[in-house]
Amino acid sequence: MWFASPDEVRERLSAVDYLADDAVATSVFLAGALGKPLLTEGPAGVGKTQLAKAVAQATGARLIRLQCYEGLDEARALYEWNYKKQLLRIQADDDAWDDIFSEEFLLERPLLKAIRSEEPTVLLIDETDKADVEVEGLLLEILSDYQITIPELGTISAARRPYVVLTSNATRELSEALKRRCLYLHLGYPTPERERDIVLAQVPGLPAAVAEQLARTVATLRELELKKSPSIAETIDWARTLLALGRTDLDEAVVGQTLGVVLKHNSDQVRAAKELGLAARP
Amino acid sequence: MSGLADRHVGFVRALREAGLPVSPAENVDAAAALTVIDLAERETLREAYAATLVKRPAHRPAFDTFFDLWFPPVISGPYGEEPPRTGDLDHAGVPELRERLADLLMGEPGEPGDPALREFARAMVGRFGRVPAAAGRQSWFSFAVLRALSPETLTARLLGRMLEERGGLPEKIARQKISRNIAKFQDEVAADVRRRIAEESGVEKIARSTVKPPIDQVDFLRVTKAELAQLRREVYPLARRLAARLTIRQRLGHRGRLDFRRTVRASLPTGGVPLETRLRPKRPHKPELVVLCDASDSVSTFSHFTLLLTFALREQFTKVRAFAFVDTVDEITTMFAPGADVLDAISRMAQDADISRFGRTDYGRVFEMFAERYGDAVGPKTSLLILGDARSNYQPPALDTLRRLAAQARHAYWLNPEPHGQWDTGDSVATGYGAVVAMRECRNVAQLAAFIQDLA
Repeated sequence: MWFASPDEVRERLSAVDYLADDAVATSVFLAGALGKPLLTEGPAGVGKTQLAKAVAQATGARLIRLQCYEGLDEARALYEWNYKKQLLRIQADDDAWDDIFSEEFLLERPLLKAIRSEEPTVLLIDETDKADVEVEGLLLEILSDYQITIPELGTISAARRPYVVLTSNATRELSEALKRRCLYLHLGYPTPERERDIVLAQVPGLPAAVAEQLARTVATLRELELKKSPSIAETIDWARTLLALGRTDLDEAVVGQTLGVVLKHNSDQVRAAKELGLAARP
Repeated sequence: MSGLADRHVGFVRALREAGLPVSPAENVDAAAALTVIDLAERETLREAYAATLVKRPAHRPAFDTFFDLWFPPVISGPYGEEPPRTGDLDHAGVPELRERLADLLMGEPGEPGDPALREFARAMVGRFGRVPAAAGRQSWFSFAVLRALSPETLTARLLGRMLEERGGLPEKIARQKISRNIAKFQDEVAADVRRRIAEESGVEKIARSTVKPPIDQVDFLRVTKAELAQLRREVYPLARRLAARLTIRQRLGHRGRLDFRRTVRASLPTGGVPLETRLRPKRPHKPELVVLCDASDSVSTFSHFTLLLTFALREQFTKVRAFAFVDTVDEITTMFAPGADVLDAISRMAQDADISRFGRTDYGRVFEMFAERYGDAVGPKTSLLILGDARSNYQPPALDTLRRLAAQARHAYWLNPEPHGQWDTGDSVATGYGAVVAMRECRNVAQLAAFIQDLA
């Protein structure tokens, strides 16, 4: 068992500075209790990857990360045969044809490593939507049965079920088969109250009043129709910026000068300046 | 325990009936989750169901409505216990109640909702929400509650209390907070009204009538203002998602020219024996797009959204030119330049473009004018896309001109936001135009996305 109750999840995650709401606490708890992978989806920068890291840190488990990208294949996700070593063995010993497919020549990649790990492990499969559709098929066996089939060796089952977290930015719909096997958690933008607490936890030394103003301002920005709404990560950057500048109050001038930290499209900045009545930047 | 099992099964069945896909495996997962959580914690129960059953954010609002109906927070009536009342809410006068509401709206509604606000909303529904509906019958309505208390009119008073001086950024922020709290109060009232109706006339009955379809299923022509804003916010994520899917499809070719360099590189692990070949990616086919869109009021939400999406998808097309019309036609390409603001573009289109003389749609005249003025925009590489309801106010349709235009183009499509059943009724010439240009029904985002995928 990873956690005893959703309340315990909340406590232990907040000990590592991750503030969990009801949705996060319940689904993190269920993922552990039911032994199912947890799929977190949401816009960039709301703490999806951070959640996996926080779970690993809170439980003292090892974190194994598989970063997905276009063109990711079996050889880099699961396992690969060490061709060079195999060639050398064959050249050294002509009768070695049978032994070159054994443990000795197997290169572990993140998924196999997580399955074979003896200690508690958190497996983070990051940005699943960036990988090609075939990779999802590859994941299905691992996610439902926690086992990997290597044709030359047979099926390897998990020594100890890893805690699996998948993240996705929803740039494409993941397949139904994958979603069905996972618990689903949608992480959206937090309420201003929660965002204030997150900022305070992440940026020690920031006065509470500034954090409050900051969270409210960001919430107002998100209400505007922008190309890219500011994420929590950007709010935190903004807080750090203010701290570095030594500002203790968030007035219109300061917002106007530092808007570039949270809004990264010119049209968004123009729009925000107009809607919030800020002075146009020179 | 069997009571819980029945409730679970009924709940899942209701979700399925509302179009939320719940597979048997997910159903079992949800039941398994019920055995490990504390059932007395309502929010935990809600999230446990959400995590196991709801795998798309678009389905979440409908799910929440159902959950509140099936697992109501309180029960009133003969079997329920009336929650203890704080203060004298049953007899206080309206000004006093408004004062109470103002205090609550100043507060911070935390994540699970402010219990005091919820309690107050319930009490107010109990007091004001009961309205005679039909002869001899009474029902619950939220408008009665909101009319009695009119929370919006409290805004000025609240602003005065929160701020020392008005104006600028602080006022914006305060306003945002107040309107969020008011929306929260309205939601609480609506939820309690639904709960009371469900208690009186059964859950199944109300569930069918109150749950809204997910946003990508909303009919373009019936879209509300709030939904339109939500749709516009969806444009960029949707365009990104579509673009990703289109590029993946283009890359998936298994035939093509051999990429010699990468094949040799791939042969190194096998000692120079090229076991696997590598192919050059196919050159993507990028059509030029000419969009001709009806901007009359009857289809404006549809054409705006479609235009925005095509412009957001600019990287998928080598060239996009857009024309808008009511009874004359004008080019609007520059108004949707990259980086241009979405809302500005729409309002500028309404103001600056010369598209309306008499304000009555006239497709025939528009096609004639288009062929005459911009005929050279349509060439052999162009896909011609016409957006409109084909309702031409009984004017001559100019089918021959359209036929000529369609023949010049590589492809020609017509997207009609009206349901198929209404085509050819009244002044619609859908079949007439449909015989010249392939016409497709396009009533919601899902259908539009499917069409764009076919196009590119």
